[in-house]
Amino acid sequence: MRYQASVEVRLREGIADPQGSTIENATSKLGFEGISNVRVGKSIRFTLESANEKAAHKTVQELCDRFLTNPVIEDATIIIQGIE
Amino acid sequence: MSPTIGVVVFPGSNCEQDAVEAIRGLGAEAVLLWHESAEIGEVDGVIIPGGFAHGDYLRPGAIARFSPAMESIVDFAERGGSVVGICNGFQVLTEVGLLPGALQKNIGLKFLCKPVNLQVESTNSILTSQTKPGDILNIPINHFEGNYTCSEETLNELRNNDRILLTYKNNPNGSMGDIAGICNESRNVVGLMPHPERACHHLLGSTDGEPLLQSFIESANA
Repeated sequence: MRYQASVEVRLREGIADPQGSTIENATSKLGFEGISNVRVGKSIRFTLESANEKAAHKTVQELCDRFLTNPVIEDATIIIQGIE
Repeated sequence: MSPTIGVVVFPGSNCEQDAVEAIRGLGAEAVLLWHESAEIGEVDGVIIPGGFAHGDYLRPGAIARFSPAMESIVDFAERGGSVVGICNGFQVLTEVGLLPGALQKNIGLKFLCKPVNLQVESTNSILTSQTKPGDILNIPINHFEGNYTCSEETLNELRNNDRILLTYKNNPNGSMGDIAGICNESRNVVGLMPHPERACHHLLGSTDGEPLLQSFIESANA
């Protein structure tokens, strides 16, 4: 089976996000009120072959742990969807 | 006999020749090591130089850590070999797990390229043995991601075990604990963001990098 994987890499809670703070500062300068907690992440998408959805998820989780995230500062959310 | 220092070259490294020049200027031999070769030869010490290995894609050091040369360098470090990662090299060493923590984007999101004053915190390492505690060294930094970040637990461990070697006098990038350079538990692997190889000649404005690289050469000779 082929699956579409969508990985969102985020800075872990409590880790300072200089990009997020800079964007947040800009929002009020542009006149947008009440915007807070801006966090910037990365979105990584790919397709993969796998026996089933559970196995696909496991592979992507391993890929995140070993490569796509730096566990010291980042974590990831994974979405797996089957491709018709 | 003078020791031979291997300087790793990744696609995107850009400080390898500076490192080679500085090492030769201090009387040791230096050879370049291509990252795709697992064979690092009979080197006595290894420098992972600055630059943008693999374009810093994904994260600085994230792809470089899987190079065949890195496997050999991890092995070399585990056998007690002297390894220094400068700037991008420091980032590679954290990614490969030889040093704890990570280097985040600078607070203020500015690429910083300027001389800074560093304070020697510990002389018990392969990079600082020829300095004195409290020495102030004027050495350039040149980075966008030099903001040292780690857990409170790791920071305490670094502090309690005298593993913070160099701190910034005026923290330029937001680094926790003003950290500019640290070492591993066995003190033979060092990472630092400042560039000692760019402060080894009067024409460059400072020779404060010399005692650091001399310490390193001496450790490689041991």
